[in-house]
Order: sequence, then structure tokens, then C-alpha cells
Amino acid sequence: MREVSRDRMKAVIALLPSVILIGVFVYGFIGNTVWISLTDWRGGAALSENPVKNFVGFENYVELFTGFLDGRFRQDLVNAVYYSILLLAGAVGIGMFIAILLDRKPRGEDFLRTVFLYPMSLSFIVTGTIWRWLLAPQGGVNILPTYLGGEPLHFQWLSSMKTVLVFDWQNLFPIILYAAAFVFIVLGLGKLRRDPGRAFKRYLVPGVVLGAVVWLFGDLLPRALFMEETHGFNLATLGIILATIWQYSGYTMALYLAGFNGISQDLMDAARLDGASDFDYYVHVAIPMLKPITISAVIILSHISLKMFDLIFAMTGPDNAATGHPALNMYLTTFRANDFAKGAAIAIVLFLVAGTFIIPYLVASYRQRRNAR
Amino acid sequence: MKNSLAKLLFVVAAVAMLGALPAQAASNLSGDLEIFSWWAGDEGPALEALIDIYKKENPNVNVINATVTGGSGVNAKSVLKTRMLGGNPPDSFQVHAGQELIGTWVKADRMEDLTPIFKANGWMEAFPKGLIKLIGTDKGIWSVPVNIHRSNVMWFVPANLKKWGVEAPKTWDEFFTVAETLKAKGVVPLALAQNWTANHLWESVALAALGADKWDALWSGDLAFDSADGVKVWELFGKVLKYTNSDATSLSWQQATDMVVDGRAAFNVMGDWAAGYMATTKKLAPGSGFAWSASPDTTGEFMFLADSFGLPKGAPHRDNAVAWLKVLGSLEGSDTFNPIKGSISARLDSDLSKYNAYGQSAAADFGKDRIVGSLAHGVTANEGFMNDFASVMEMFLKSRNAQAAAKASQQIAVKNGIAK
Repeated sequence: MREVSRDRMKAVIALLPSVILIGVFVYGFIGNTVWISLTDWRGGAALSENPVKNFVGFENYVELFTGFLDGRFRQDLVNAVYYSILLLAGAVGIGMFIAILLDRKPRGEDFLRTVFLYPMSLSFIVTGTIWRWLLAPQGGVNILPTYLGGEPLHFQWLSSMKTVLVFDWQNLFPIILYAAAFVFIVLGLGKLRRDPGRAFKRYLVPGVVLGAVVWLFGDLLPRALFMEETHGFNLATLGIILATIWQYSGYTMALYLAGFNGISQDLMDAARLDGASDFDYYVHVAIPMLKPITISAVIILSHISLKMFDLIFAMTGPDNAATGHPALNMYLTTFRANDFAKGAAIAIVLFLVAGTFIIPYLVASYRQRRNAR
Repeated sequence: MKNSLAKLLFVVAAVAMLGALPAQAASNLSGDLEIFSWWAGDEGPALEALIDIYKKENPNVNVINATVTGGSGVNAKSVLKTRMLGGNPPDSFQVHAGQELIGTWVKADRMEDLTPIFKANGWMEAFPKGLIKLIGTDKGIWSVPVNIHRSNVMWFVPANLKKWGVEAPKTWDEFFTVAETLKAKGVVPLALAQNWTANHLWESVALAALGADKWDALWSGDLAFDSADGVKVWELFGKVLKYTNSDATSLSWQQATDMVVDGRAAFNVMGDWAAGYMATTKKLAPGSGFAWSASPDTTGEFMFLADSFGLPKGAPHRDNAVAWLKVLGSLEGSDTFNPIKGSISARLDSDLSKYNAYGQSAAADFGKDRIVGSLAHGVTANEGFMNDFASVMEMFLKSRNAQAAAKASQQIAVKNGIAK
């Protein structure tokens, strides 16, 4: 008994320094940023030796989401959502596809693996510069068809002003509620097979009711803005998404390839004996087995998509709001406009968005461990 | 007898002076001098030339050339801010002259007043009055300008214009007529690049629409951005934008200049670093290979921007920094630095033979034109306004709504303490 507690003591002492350091330098600073975001630290004397900071409550946040001049932040937020979705779909999909092809052991597999993984060793700023040239409107990708005798393309990868999937920010509250209803219904459908009763009671019915109520009475909700402000998916972001996928699909490929190699040959043989085609094997056996890998890829990539900064900086520059990102906006607001309070507020919003990706994962893995015990 | 005594005295005096001269030239300053700037790549040699002069005069000072790379100081400025907030200022740092310095560092009470240095070195007369007004407030003068760039210049290739049968327009109305001709021939009338160059074009258009007095009134808060005049600026700007290339946002300013050089576009409004680019990189002769005029409707007005160095309070080696500022403001320093950098001297007495044809013409204009400050390069407005203005510009490029842009400009002006 005494031995055990001494071991524990040693463990605690060994961990203490890093607990304290993380406590101060991670959580302490998060707390400090939250505090700054609730003040009015900005303006002419923001950089004086003892800047005046007054508590203003959630004013910065309200302004970011509903202020007349912060349309740019809202566009950035919308962009961040599109970046995340497309990067996840693209990098996971393409990475998985390449991994499946390489799993068939083609000749020169090692060489090909290196080729596909190589983009990841570049820094974003290099990737950005290369792709900026490739996607230049009068060169690069657009003149490829001329080598085959065709007409050059005129697609403006990085400078298009066209926007699709446009919605009005005025309807912020109905949109949030619709999204919530959608999440409920998706969760409900996911649980339908295992526990239909609970799925209906907890997820499907509330989701449908919420959706219906918003659809019927959504007009009664307060407007977020006093005027129309449309945001959508700018075609100019396509170029940036393309470059990010190029850089990261090799990485997901490596993850999946390691996973596929880890599946025992017996399983594959058994599937073959049962008459499964290659396609069936991957869809019904291999890919479901690699769920943990998919989850970690999604978490890492969603993280990266929320930190997008240097790539955008290199490809479209800091002032191209059509392709902007909250992280870039935070940097400019803080260090160019000297608006430290609002910069902190943007940082906290990003932090919360990142949390929505990670907290469900943490909760799920914690539950799994508790159930296993 | 008397005569020989005088001679003797003269000889003694001469010997004494000869002996004293080297002692005077080599100062007894020692220690470090940290110079913080963003002059790395192309601009590095010009800074090195200045440091060489300083080292000759102060051989015992160890100069630390702390550069942070990144165009127009984006990165350097944020590094500087963290250093200043952390209580670790450099001895002297580069900053765009004007509100970028005054609205940030002077307002935060972080800079020393340089008026005594200006008076002691006779710089009050050496620099134009209009310039001193723009780098100072009623409390003092805050930086030493090292160079002057002109922002309202329109560039073109004379041979191309001749081929197309047009002439360089003097007014925007003339431009619109010329532009129609050019458009019919499949030439882009005005080359534009990424968004900061839109700000750059905007200020030239605004100066044309308002005139120098109203332009100044805009920044002193006497003229509202959403007044009839202010809306007129955005309307004219929107009209000008119709004649620019549609892929602007993905081009660098050099690529826009290339369009003019290659004959894909006719004109380009850009600062006079374009002259350096065309003369040095593109090997075109100023005056024949490429030519310039003041941007339409701004003849006789010189919109300037300047790099300058200031003296932060609490600089660790203040005396060394003061000696550095003296080199920067001196005639020798100025005329060494600027021909290499491709800019002109801020001093009225500079030696024009050291500059190329463009530099000479710009220097001549600088001496006689009405001087106004540039917005896009930090002279007229503080950093808060400039950051917000980039968003307004973005909004306008998307919506082309002059009324809304004028209203938004007024709001950000109020927010950033420019308008009342």
C-alpha cells in the first residue's frame, strides 16, 4: 500500500512541472484572451505602456456577428466552414482512394508512396507560391489545353468574384436552428438501427419539430442585421482548397495505407472465399475497420482547416476578403489595426469552433473507455 | 613683423585644424546600435550603404541590422508591436512617415520629439514645409524621412500608344474616351493588380475628384466621407474600375506593370518604384522605353509617401540612435541612399546628377508641386482606418455601390477618430 502511494507521489511530482506550465501557458493564456476579448483594448493608445482596458461585456462578439462593419468576419466564417467541409471530403476521399490503389501492390509502390507523400514535406508558404503560379489566370493550369491544341481556359481560380450557394446573413437565427434540426435528424438516423425507440424520442422527433417550427414561424425570429448581407461560397476559394487537398491527401494516404497493411491477410482471404469482390472487401470490411483512422484524420484535418493562414496569405494576399479566413482576419485585426480586443474575440470564436470538432471526439473516446472498463 | 606673426598664427591654426579634423570625424560613441527595418531583398544594399557611412563616422559602434522581411513591412510591424509591448524597443525603427507613425506610436506616447535635432541640423529649411507638417503634430516632429516616393503616377509605353493611335490622358474624361478606343482594339485600358493596388488607384482618383484642399480636409475631419464630394469619389472610382482587367486580384503589382510593358494594357497607376522595376529589371530606358505623367487630373499635385526612422522612448542606446538619425537626414546620406533605392531625396538641396531621368523629373516636381499625403501608404490615416478601409474597398469591389462605400468610409473614419 505504501509502495503504491509512493509511486503515485513520484508520478505526481514528475508531472507537476508540465501541469503547471500547461496550466499557465495554455489555459492561463486562454483565460487571458477571454478577458481581453471582453474589454475595449484598441485605438490610438492601444500600444502605450499601460493601455487602458475597460470591461465591455460581449460587445465585441455582438459586433462581430451583427455589426455593420464586420461583414468581412462573417464572410471569413462562412469560408472557414466551406474550407473545412471541402478539405475533409477531398483529402480523406482522395487519400483513401490512392491508399486503396497502392494497397493492391502495384509495381514501384514505394516510389509512388514517396511521390504522393512528398507534398506534405513542403511548408504551406511554398505550396501557396507554387500554386499561385499554377493558377495564375493567364498561365499555368489554364493554358494546359493549348498543348493539346485546344483553347486556353479562362477560369479565374483565385480571382473569381462569383459566389454560389448564397444565403442572407439576416436570417442568422433560423439558419442556426435549421442546422441544429439537421444535426438532430442525422444523429437520429445514425442511431435508428441500434435503438429505434430512443432515436425517435431523443433525436428524430425533436429535430423534425424544430425544423418545422422554424419553417413555419421563422419569420418571427429577430433579424441579425438591419439590412441584407449575402454570403456564400466564392469560386475564388477553389484554388486554395485545391492546393490544400494536394498537400494533405498524401498524408491521409499514408494513414490509410498503414491501416490497410495492418489488416491481416487472413481476413482478406476469408472475404474472398465468401465471394466478396475487391470493391465489397474495401467497402464492407477494410474501411469500416479503419474507423479510428478516419476519425483521427478528420480531427487533424479539421484542425488544419481552422488554422489556414499562410496558404491564403501566399496565394491571394491578406486583403482579399473573398478568400479570407478568420485566422487571417484575427492577425490583421490585432497587429495591423491594433484592435487587440476584437482580435481576441475572433480568436475565441475560432477556439470554440475548433472545440466543436474535438469535444465530441473526446466525449466519445472517454465513454468508450468507461464502457470498456 | 606683424605680418610674419599673423602668418605664424595662421600656420599654427592650420596645423591645429588638421590635427583636429580626424578627431572630429571619428566620434567617441561606442556600444550597440540596433536598426529595425523591413529592407531586406532589393532594398538591402541601399540600407547597407547608409550603415557604411555611419560606421565610418562612428567606428566604435557595433551596428546590428535587424531586418524582418515581408513587403511593406507587414511582418516587421507586428514583430515591432510585440517588442514594444514587451518593453524591448530597438534603438531606431523604420516606419512609413505620417499617421502610420503618429496614429500608432506617437499617440501611445512612445516616441521622442525630434524637433531639437531638426533645428540643430538646419533641417527645418532643408525639407519642404508641407512635408514637415505631415510628419509632425502640434507637439513635435516625429521622424526623419529618408526617401520620398510619389504615388500618383501613370505609366505607359510611348511606342505602344503611338501604335494604338492614342495619347496619354490628362484628365479622367479624356481617359474614358481613350479607353473606349483601346477597348475596341482589345487592349486593357488600365492594368490593376491585387487589392492594395486598388487602394492605391483609389487615392489618385480621389485626389483627382476632390483636389488637394478637399483631400486634406477629408483627413482633418472637415469634409465628411459621405458628403456629396465623398460619394463623387466612389462614383468616379467605380467608372474607372470598369476599364480594368478582371483578373486583377490574383496579380502582383509587377505583373500589372508587365501588362503595360508587354502591350496587353495601356496604362497603370502605380508608385514610382515601378520606374525602378522597369529601368532595372525590364531594362527599359526612362523617357523612351517607358514614360509617365501625373495620374489624370492631378497635375501639379505630388502625392507622397516616405520611409522614415524614429526614435522610440527608452531606446537602449539613445546617443548612437541620434547619430544614426543625423546620417539619415544629412545630404550625403540622402544622396547615397536614394539613387540605390530608386526614390528621391526629401531634401530640397539634393544633387540631381546622381539620379536617373525619372528621379530628376520627380525631384523637380517635388520642389514645386503641392504636396499631399498618401492613404494607401500610411501618411494620412492611422492603421486602424487603413485596415478597415481595406474591408470597405473589398465591399465596393464586390457591390460597386458608391453610396454604401461612402457611408461605410465615414463610419470607419468616426470609429478611428479621423472624422468627428
